[in-house]
Amino acid sequence: MNAAASAARPAPAAPSGPALLDVRDIGISFGGLKAVQAFNLHLPRGVLYGLIGPNGAGKTTVFNLLTGVYTPMTGTITLDGTRIETCRPHQIAAAGLSRTFQNIRLFGELSVIDNVRLGCHVRGRHGLASTLLRTPGHLAQEAAITRRSMELLEIFDLADRAGEQSRSLPYGDQRRLEIARALATEPKVLLLDEPAAGMNPQEKKELAGTIRLIRERFGLTILLIEHDMGLVMDICERITVLDHGQIIASGTPSQIQSNPKVIEAYLGEPGGAA
Amino acid sequence: MFAGLLPVVVVIALALGAYGLQRAEVIGPYWLNVLCNMGINILLAVSLNLVNGFTGQFSIGHAGFMAIGAYVAGWITYYGGLLIWNEVPVTPPEGWFPPQVWLFAAGCVGGGLVAGLFGWLVGLPSLRLRGDYLAIVTLGFGEIVRVLLQQTGPVLADAAAVKDAGLSSAMALGGSLGFVSVDTGLGLTAFNNLFWTVFFLGATILICYRLKQSSTGRAFLSVREDEIAAQAMGINLTRIKVRAFVIGAVLAGIGGGLFAHQSGNNLTPTDANFVRSFDILIPVVLGGLGSISGVVLAAALLTMLPEILRNPGEYLPLWPWLGAVAAIGIGVGLAIRHRRALREVCFAVAILALAPVLLALAGWACKKPGWITEKGFELGEYRMILFALLLVLMMILRPQGLFGVHEVWEMGKLFKKKPPKDPMGPAPVASALNSVASRGGGRL
Repeated sequence: MNAAASAARPAPAAPSGPALLDVRDIGISFGGLKAVQAFNLHLPRGVLYGLIGPNGAGKTTVFNLLTGVYTPMTGTITLDGTRIETCRPHQIAAAGLSRTFQNIRLFGELSVIDNVRLGCHVRGRHGLASTLLRTPGHLAQEAAITRRSMELLEIFDLADRAGEQSRSLPYGDQRRLEIARALATEPKVLLLDEPAAGMNPQEKKELAGTIRLIRERFGLTILLIEHDMGLVMDICERITVLDHGQIIASGTPSQIQSNPKVIEAYLGEPGGAA
Repeated sequence: MFAGLLPVVVVIALALGAYGLQRAEVIGPYWLNVLCNMGINILLAVSLNLVNGFTGQFSIGHAGFMAIGAYVAGWITYYGGLLIWNEVPVTPPEGWFPPQVWLFAAGCVGGGLVAGLFGWLVGLPSLRLRGDYLAIVTLGFGEIVRVLLQQTGPVLADAAAVKDAGLSSAMALGGSLGFVSVDTGLGLTAFNNLFWTVFFLGATILICYRLKQSSTGRAFLSVREDEIAAQAMGINLTRIKVRAFVIGAVLAGIGGGLFAHQSGNNLTPTDANFVRSFDILIPVVLGGLGSISGVVLAAALLTMLPEILRNPGEYLPLWPWLGAVAAIGIGVGLAIRHRRALREVCFAVAILALAPVLLALAGWACKKPGWITEKGFELGEYRMILFALLLVLMMILRPQGLFGVHEVWEMGKLFKKKPPKDPMGPAPVASALNSVASRGGGRL
């Protein structure tokens, strides 16, 4: 992890800085519906960036475009100098972009630690012969995967539940396990899709701390979708607001909070259009 | 390196031990036949479990791969024998390991490899499809294999023809009548014995076990659990699915090789049809999609089922032993309330132990004149109805199979000490909040 590199960089949030993730003019429509249009994003290394917007604004669609679930019809996505907009999801994960899901998608039947170990899969080589013969190299790699997974579980306070089935975890733990699994892929950029959904205030507070912690510890760049304004305004350095598939505002939390277009999108037109 | 090879040595030792018992005639011809068929059925089911159980794809054309392996292996032993020794033995030659038997072993491996090649050809395009479509493609594949085998030359070439025309005359595979030797009018030489059955079965189980314990196996399971999440974690879906499919096909091909050379079997094109595919599928669904031990036990039970129903009286005296196993299973299961997975394994073992007793009892009652019907009847004749009912019940009550993904050997965890709790562990307030949230916060 390049914690040193990220520490050496100037404070993030300068849009002109070198971008780790550079999204230019991507768009997609489903039938006649323009789900996302001319979406731009400029993520400098080490930034904690928020993506907000009312329900149906297209936030998750943006995530799906970034992670290759959908292929953008227009525009380019560049991750650390590599174009990824036409890559398939597993290639994008290998390139260093990892995500969590709005409605938790853990491997329910698998144990907690196996979920994280699966995340480590993409960084290893898994030849069939070495697996079946259990060569020393294979065993060393499996041991390293287990070690790393336990480390991650400890960070998320899940180590003593490592052997449990992941579907039997409490809701908050499942959310955190999903983040741990995403981190196991050793991403450069982490996309969190509503990580605080369904959490109580206490858990949200803990989550904010965890997100800050993992950014420091892994030198991560984080893009966060969240409905909870308190959380976003609290931890994000820059925010982009999306409405009807289009960017309506971009800036620091205080700029966003006072932006009339944002207020309008969330609360409706001041005069009442009816 | 040594640790990796030790189980292989154990498998060979077990195979030699079983073969020794056979040679010493401790195991008579009846049990020899039952045990070999059981081994072949287990092997086929375990190999299908890689695809349907681990990876969650629904293939119902496994008999196609089995038949390909069987025919390739038969072709190798028959025509290979003609070329090398100028004759195909009617019964396997005397001795522990006569040279002809090595040709048979090579035939099984060759059959496996060819079946694997077909697995790759079928899997690469069709595994991009999801769910039902894959089932349809694999079903069609099995039928194609069957029809193609029916179209092969009906009369196997004899030694003179092979000597004259070389292997160009050797494309006759028996047509719709099956692989029947011209010289003897019999099927292929019954080369299979307990050594090869146990050896190949042990190898298959070892392969599946090692896959399950490794990153590759976790990748298989992740595809089954959630394709979208697996992809997002960097799993190449097509590659992983094709890998499972090809390994499954190779193992099925080997099983087919054994099947073709098992005494009492006559290899015909109908061995590739979907009825046989379902025979392979049932133990997988019953035992547990993804559980190696569960599938092994279920396949063993299902092989025994017709035997039990044929002579229920012979199996009834086993009830104290099996009843004890069941009682222990239920007892332990009730005692370990907090570990759900292990408890389910206990109950599954209990059910599997009780099943033969109940079957024997049912078979015995049905046979008894005047008990259920006037004359009494063979319950075994209604086997397929029993299977169908069983599958319907499983789908309703426990769609993941008796064992789910869990294994019998996971019970070993009970004897491991739990690591001492961290004294600085999570504060009670926080964990209380957690549990409240888990009850309150519904998952969409």
